[in-house]
Amino acid sequence: MEEIRLSVPAAREEILALRAGQRVLLSGTVYTARDAAHRRMLEALGRGEPLPFELEGAAIYYCGPAPALPGGVIGAAGPTTSYRMDAYAPALIERGLALMIGKGPRRPEVLEAMRGRAAYLAAAGGAGALLAGCVLECEVIAWPELGPEAVRRLTVRDMPLIAACDAHGGDLYASGPAEYLRSAGR
Amino acid sequence: MRELPAGAITGCVARLCIEANRRLPADAERALRGAAEAEPWPAARAILSDLCRNLDAAAETGLPICQDTGLATVFVELGQDVHISGGDFYSAVQEGVRRGYSAGCLRKSVVSDPLRRVNTGDNTPAAVEVRIVPGERVKITVSPKGAGSENMCRVKMLTPAEGEEGVMAFVLDTLRSAGGNPCPPVVAGVGIGGGFDTVARLARRALLRPVGSENPDAYYAGLERRLLEEINALGTGPQGLGGATTALGVMVEAAPTHIAMLPCAVCICCHADRHAAEVL
Repeated sequence: MEEIRLSVPAAREEILALRAGQRVLLSGTVYTARDAAHRRMLEALGRGEPLPFELEGAAIYYCGPAPALPGGVIGAAGPTTSYRMDAYAPALIERGLALMIGKGPRRPEVLEAMRGRAAYLAAAGGAGALLAGCVLECEVIAWPELGPEAVRRLTVRDMPLIAACDAHGGDLYASGPAEYLRSAGR
Repeated sequence: MRELPAGAITGCVARLCIEANRRLPADAERALRGAAEAEPWPAARAILSDLCRNLDAAAETGLPICQDTGLATVFVELGQDVHISGGDFYSAVQEGVRRGYSAGCLRKSVVSDPLRRVNTGDNTPAAVEVRIVPGERVKITVSPKGAGSENMCRVKMLTPAEGEEGVMAFVLDTLRSAGGNPCPPVVAGVGIGGGFDTVARLARRALLRPVGSENPDAYYAGLERRLLEEINALGTGPQGLGGATTALGVMVEAAPTHIAMLPCAVCICCHADRHAAEVL
């Protein structure tokens, strides 16, 4: 299986070069945001206010980590289910969001918004302890009152991901099961 | 009559919250590791192997298996010859959840109101289900369940005419439309019968059975086998990205129902069918 090393923030060409099905080792800066933070970001945009981080070229990780153990960087930090952010994602992609990291399929309107602009990487859902080991630094940068849903800036190294949906309509949630079933002769 | 201090219940619930979130029951772990070896599709095998490495990482670091340490459900079998002293029973359970989630560095995922959504900060209130049983023992089971799988659960009121075929079709449709969302490979609890509320409880309680165990009624054991086979024939695979392993186990529980009813509930759990129990 092909494995790509990707650093974020990434150049647009690198995002566009990703293809559904590739394994990706991601390093660099990612921002955690899930349900409540997305709602607040969209409200802020509606009021013309700045977001907690620069969206252009950014990577958002749909994740609400568990608290760190004493002396630890972060607690378990796996992905949450992405479809709940589908209502918000197109507006963020239009404003420059380049990568989303989560788990589970995306709606057609998100795949459409991603065309020529953004990619979606899947992390193994439920692998919170494993993924925590890829996080080198973690800092809450906005809305601490949201607890696990606060926006955090993470520095990650070699986070194991799968390019699930690419910037060209490729969708492994459709093609992966179909390809497996063909191979199994079903 | 046996006296049991409320504080013993608090301590027990706190321990179980931590244990349930850090390590899987042996049967659930065996099912996952077995699937990783048996999976024929390379991409799927790689994902299953990551999930096994995650169990190792949790055991080594003391981190919970998953950051979604869930909404805790506390199942209590309360012996009728036990007298709880020195405090209110339900408060003792909630205090145990509060302490366990704090001491275990588990995530606090509960909001106090479904629409106004303010985090309670201590993962309470937990759901508490009590059954009065004969004797003077208290068995406490803590089962945290995450939202990814919980959001994919369904209840349907079928008609008696739809019968076994209707049940099979509903369960399969529920799993098919859940796709990669509930963190497959899943464990599916299926409730059949009872009423609207009891069928959901049947399905939820089925998840407390060992993964891979069979219903003692041969008819339902057969239904479990057929459902497992058909779910795995969907091709959904680990994380919904394709493969032979969509479910690790299907556990069916049935109950008497009304002449005009055939309720069915599907309680989907992710690959981490978390629960831990202790007898006081």
